[in-house]
Amino acid sequence: MARDDLTADPTGTVGPTAAGAPAGTALDALAEDHGDARWAYGTGFHDPLAGLDTAVPDGVDGDVLAAYCLMLGDDALIMSHRLQEWCAHAPELEEEVALANIALDLLGQARLLLTRAGQADGTGRTEDDLAFLRDAGEFRNVRLVEAPRGDFAFCMVRLLVFATWRLALLDRLTASRDPVLAAAAAKGVKEVAYHRDHAAMWTIRLGDGTAESRRRMLAALDAVWPQVGELFTPHEVERRMAEAGLGVDPSTVRAEFDHVIADVLAEATLPVPDLAAPHEPGRGGRDGVHTAEFDALLAELQSVARAHPGATW
Amino acid sequence: MADNGELARHFERTIERDQRIEPRDWMPDGYRATMIRQIAQHAHSEIIGMQPEGGWITRAPSLRRKAILLAKVQDEAGHGLYLYAAAETLGADRTDLTERLISGAQKYSSIFNYPTLTYADVGVIGWLVDGAAICNQVPLCRSSYGPYARAMIRICKEESFHQRQGYELLMTMMRGTDAQREMVQDAVNRWWWPTLMMFGPPDAESRHTARSMAWKIKRHTNDELRQRFVDMTVPQAEALGVTLPDPQLRWNPERGHYDFGEVDWAEFKRVISGDGPCNAERIAVRRAAHEDGAWVREAAAAHAAKRARRSRHAKEAA
Repeated sequence: MARDDLTADPTGTVGPTAAGAPAGTALDALAEDHGDARWAYGTGFHDPLAGLDTAVPDGVDGDVLAAYCLMLGDDALIMSHRLQEWCAHAPELEEEVALANIALDLLGQARLLLTRAGQADGTGRTEDDLAFLRDAGEFRNVRLVEAPRGDFAFCMVRLLVFATWRLALLDRLTASRDPVLAAAAAKGVKEVAYHRDHAAMWTIRLGDGTAESRRRMLAALDAVWPQVGELFTPHEVERRMAEAGLGVDPSTVRAEFDHVIADVLAEATLPVPDLAAPHEPGRGGRDGVHTAEFDALLAELQSVARAHPGATW
Repeated sequence: MADNGELARHFERTIERDQRIEPRDWMPDGYRATMIRQIAQHAHSEIIGMQPEGGWITRAPSLRRKAILLAKVQDEAGHGLYLYAAAETLGADRTDLTERLISGAQKYSSIFNYPTLTYADVGVIGWLVDGAAICNQVPLCRSSYGPYARAMIRICKEESFHQRQGYELLMTMMRGTDAQREMVQDAVNRWWWPTLMMFGPPDAESRHTARSMAWKIKRHTNDELRQRFVDMTVPQAEALGVTLPDPQLRWNPERGHYDFGEVDWAEFKRVISGDGPCNAERIAVRRAAHEDGAWVREAAAAHAAKRARRSRHAKEAA
């Protein structure tokens, strides 16, 4: 009897996680093999781009498309990592579930974008090659996502900034001429809209909560705002992708960002910090220039994968 | 109003007929206390159980394994949530139960006091620890207390999913390098005996078994479940290509079961009483999360109170 308990699938369906999101990643809806999904969870991820036209569209170099996918993919991968660090440390159990959910969504977005990058540049590198075998200087994420997880106020202010910015980008990216980017963006928009709402709700509660929570939120705004300018400074790759109708120039979403942030902070009774000093082009995360904190993060992220060359997981 | 004797007879009849006791039904104080203890201990185990594997999420060796592990640990938080909710239907309070956990007044499964040394441990915890949990928990889907039985149905579905993921990871590693195969065998060696301890002390020494069986809170004895787990696991180990670290393990055709060696009950008692390799660390992490989060919970409560006050004022003004 016990044997049957293990081998028979009690429901025949993939169980939802506690938060009601699919137990799989963002990729599953695009790529899951729905055979015995409960047993071979996630093994459908052999070709996440199945069914999509993966040819590099006209008017752009494959290397440029790949570099752009790495930018958006690395942002999601590293932000997800910092959220993963909250596991078993969240202020309440509901928040354990919510933060894990957001981290899973972003991880799913990263997997799709990294896979696209390895395909578009013709190297055939997999998502894992790109996540685990690149050195820090080859990562293209903005520096906002690099700082350690901090306290819960920092976590929520950073998430609010990140999700507001990313939602504005993905929303426009749904019109990309690249079918893969457009599909990834369409999926991401739904997820990141929830992330932004979640962070906005906490920003309001904590800004307009107790004296202590307000003090921490003010400190978090001070810590996060110096990284905001970089988000809207277009890199050459982003500019070229935007000109080709494939990507989004981040400077074009600044107005939407400012508007949303002003609304949320007003409701939270928090001041909007002064505009960050203009970001110096050519010296940011998009150029491969990262913080010392990022080196430590990467060492951890890649530790097991690099310790076992030739292993299969 | 019926007197207590009448209520007690109704309770006994409900149990006899295999019907469920629901939160508003009369129940003996001892039944209520036993259920709260059992459900709280189970909820604590889910929450503490996030830690041994949770530490590997940021280091998972592939993005697919990272997603699987993150989803699994998230499920454990969800299980903890609905189990605390089931305990609250009996009049317990989640904050109070959390205080009891971090003060050491209530226990959690001793298995989570062992360290996770390599990524193979993630697979072995899925295969053996979740497998043992399923053996323990499938009968609890028929527990006489309704909210607990219903929570267990959902939990068992998700646990069986986790067990297969763990086994699939080990299968993949066994097809990898020699170093990976050694990691798997090493992890099996370290987790096998602690897993057998998960079923609790031998029946002869179990304080709670008899009454819990009579009340149909428990459906099988510790030794019955342990035997079932061993019988189920041996063929899985053979298929995987690992050796279970018990020289006395062999099929007994007369009994129709595997014979196996004696669990080190002195070690079990040491770990249960707080002297395992990771007891202090597990509680310290849980305590820090709870205490570091206090200002967040206070702010949320203060904000909700402000909102309620404002909406009252708005109504009065209208």
